[in-house]
Amino acid sequence: MNHLPLIIKREYLNKVRNKSFIVMTFVSPLIMVALISVVAYLAQLNNDKKRTISILDESGLLTEVFTNTDNTTYNYLNGISLEKAKTFVKEEEHYGLLYVGRGDLDEVAASVSFYSEDSPSLTIISGLEGKIEQKLRELKLISNGLDQQKIEDSRANISINQESFDGQKSSKIDNIFKLAFGGIAGYLLFMFIIIYGNMIMRSVIEEKTSRIIEVIISSVKPIQLMMGKIVGTSLAGVTQFAIWIILLGILTTIVSLVFGIDLMAAQGQQQEFIQTAMESPRIENEINLAVQSFQNLPLANLIIAFLLFFIGGYLLYSSLYAAVGAAVDNETDTQQFMLPILMPLILAVYVGVFTVIDDPHGTVSTVFSFIPFTSPVVMLMRIPFGVPLWQQLISLLLLVGTFVVTVWFAAKIYRVGILMYGKKPTYKEIFKWLKY
Amino acid sequence: MNKLLVAESVSKNFGKFRALNNVSIAVPQGSIFGLLGPNGAGKTTLIRIINQITLPDEGRVILDGQALKPEHIKDIGYLPEERGLYKSMKVGEQALYLAQLKGMSKSEAKTQLKYWFDKFEIGSWWNKKIQELSKGQAQKIQFIVTVLHRPKLLIFDEPFSGFDPINANIIKDEILKLRADGATVIFSTHRMESVEELCDHIALIHKSNKILDGNLIDIKRQFKSNTFEVGLQSQNSETVIAEIKEKFDVLPASFKNVYDDIKLNVRITPETSPNELLSFLTAKAEVHHFVEVIPSANDIFIQTVKNN
Repeated sequence: MNHLPLIIKREYLNKVRNKSFIVMTFVSPLIMVALISVVAYLAQLNNDKKRTISILDESGLLTEVFTNTDNTTYNYLNGISLEKAKTFVKEEEHYGLLYVGRGDLDEVAASVSFYSEDSPSLTIISGLEGKIEQKLRELKLISNGLDQQKIEDSRANISINQESFDGQKSSKIDNIFKLAFGGIAGYLLFMFIIIYGNMIMRSVIEEKTSRIIEVIISSVKPIQLMMGKIVGTSLAGVTQFAIWIILLGILTTIVSLVFGIDLMAAQGQQQEFIQTAMESPRIENEINLAVQSFQNLPLANLIIAFLLFFIGGYLLYSSLYAAVGAAVDNETDTQQFMLPILMPLILAVYVGVFTVIDDPHGTVSTVFSFIPFTSPVVMLMRIPFGVPLWQQLISLLLLVGTFVVTVWFAAKIYRVGILMYGKKPTYKEIFKWLKY
Repeated sequence: MNKLLVAESVSKNFGKFRALNNVSIAVPQGSIFGLLGPNGAGKTTLIRIINQITLPDEGRVILDGQALKPEHIKDIGYLPEERGLYKSMKVGEQALYLAQLKGMSKSEAKTQLKYWFDKFEIGSWWNKKIQELSKGQAQKIQFIVTVLHRPKLLIFDEPFSGFDPINANIIKDEILKLRADGATVIFSTHRMESVEELCDHIALIHKSNKILDGNLIDIKRQFKSNTFEVGLQSQNSETVIAEIKEKFDVLPASFKNVYDDIKLNVRITPETSPNELLSFLTAKAEVHHFVEVIPSANDIFIQTVKNN
């Protein structure tokens, strides 16, 4: 008798109707959006602060260097001593005083100082430094007899055109896209496994503690119950994820519209940077390239591979979670068994983040994209960079093979474990169960 | 009599531990079969094998003439000792789910559930969650779910635990009714008075071996020691006692009686007829009490387990 659909339905409805599940589903996007909004708002607030910087330039070389911006006003002081200037700035409660001494260019460079009430922010200091440095360098070049115009002309803009042997063009932006895609896919899988794997484990433990398990398995095979649990919980997970994404989208739009907070580009300085960047023709070009490179991504391959590796990896890990749930009596006892499950998962994410960025087709990333416990995450990160089909297929076959073996092991542990009450089992005992 | 369930030299090992050693039982059709034994004897393992929860290492189990197979699940109703229900699920939904797992259709299950809920007058519980019910109430639901699909074989492991005497009695009557309707019952318990009351056959398992089985009355015949409880009244009791002791084995006895008289356990040889003893006694004294001592299930249990 096949009761799988019945079990899946019960597990799904039981999860979805659960009060804390409903609360989690609808409240967490709210909390998230609220948090981001607060951070964005605070960042804006911080940037809105107007400041005045006074400049006492005794050399007279930097008169044209500083121009007022939205947030910063430059106030030139003339004909007063440094001491007087300091008192003045303090009384006026200006942000600080930039002092430039006189002499030849080297002396001027050495004399630059900044006086302020509190220690100044790093961005302001490095901004000032950059401007002064540029001006002084120009002056030095001129004094060495070099033509300003020629120097400007001698600058070259380099952006290496990348093209594979079969004619696929790519760019740096292309790579960023690929990394983002792989990173998001890998991270999504990681989160999914941890959240819903735990949920499966808890639901197995619940059946043990409520003592219903023996009634159930006198009607259905343990493996059917286990698979029903995994599938039912996963469907509930997919539902929750979908609701989260939709809600996040809606809420973000609402918050942006109502409060005028641009969550995506929250920080003013970044905004400025992006604005200036957009104006330059080179960047426009790159954006075109990016759109193109998005279209260049092996989308069909990506989507299919994403689905297959996601499902495979998730099922592999969730069967382990189910086995752990069956082996113990309560959640506190799960700790010692969680580590071996989490280790390969964390390893996969680290390998993905550190080696795939460095070299998507290097030995380390290739090897880890074949090892079944790390392959879902690592392979998903590699695929945007173009992985030969045979590699994908072998990796997938290994994953499915391991999944079958793991489910068999997990089902054995599950079958024996669900009827064991009382003491916390050791690894040795669990190993013995495999032989029952 | 037809045997509904036959277990043929069933053995089961858990690692090095042998939980069942060549155990054979035969449960007659329509009987109430007591499966007895001290804690940890292997009863639950045997029951789990019958339910196909675990597989035997050796031997086989035959239900209704066929070796056990997955289709038999719907022919068996099992109330385990470790039992419970999903706490946060509603009574009705849960009962429907469990019934469907036993192979009933949803509409069939609904009809049957209505019958039982009306019978126990618990229709108002349908939309309650199990955690809102008391332990005894949940046990009632559990009982209904066990018998709902009208299985040929019912297995009850300590069915009365958790019930107050009134509800225990209701459940007992229902078990007897189910038997009258044709079900066969395997009944595992430590409460010997209910064995005495309900079972017609028993099997005793001790330390993984079956050490005794058969018809309860036959077993009692086998265990009786031709001892009679005797209450007499006489003027010169000491002479009477001495005279009886001369002829028979005599042990002191204690039983409740309105007369303050001689109380003895008198044992006769199997060849002697009780009438001989009685006429011997009537000649010596007034007989107020004359009963053959029949061992109770409890006595048999203790005696057999101790001897092994």
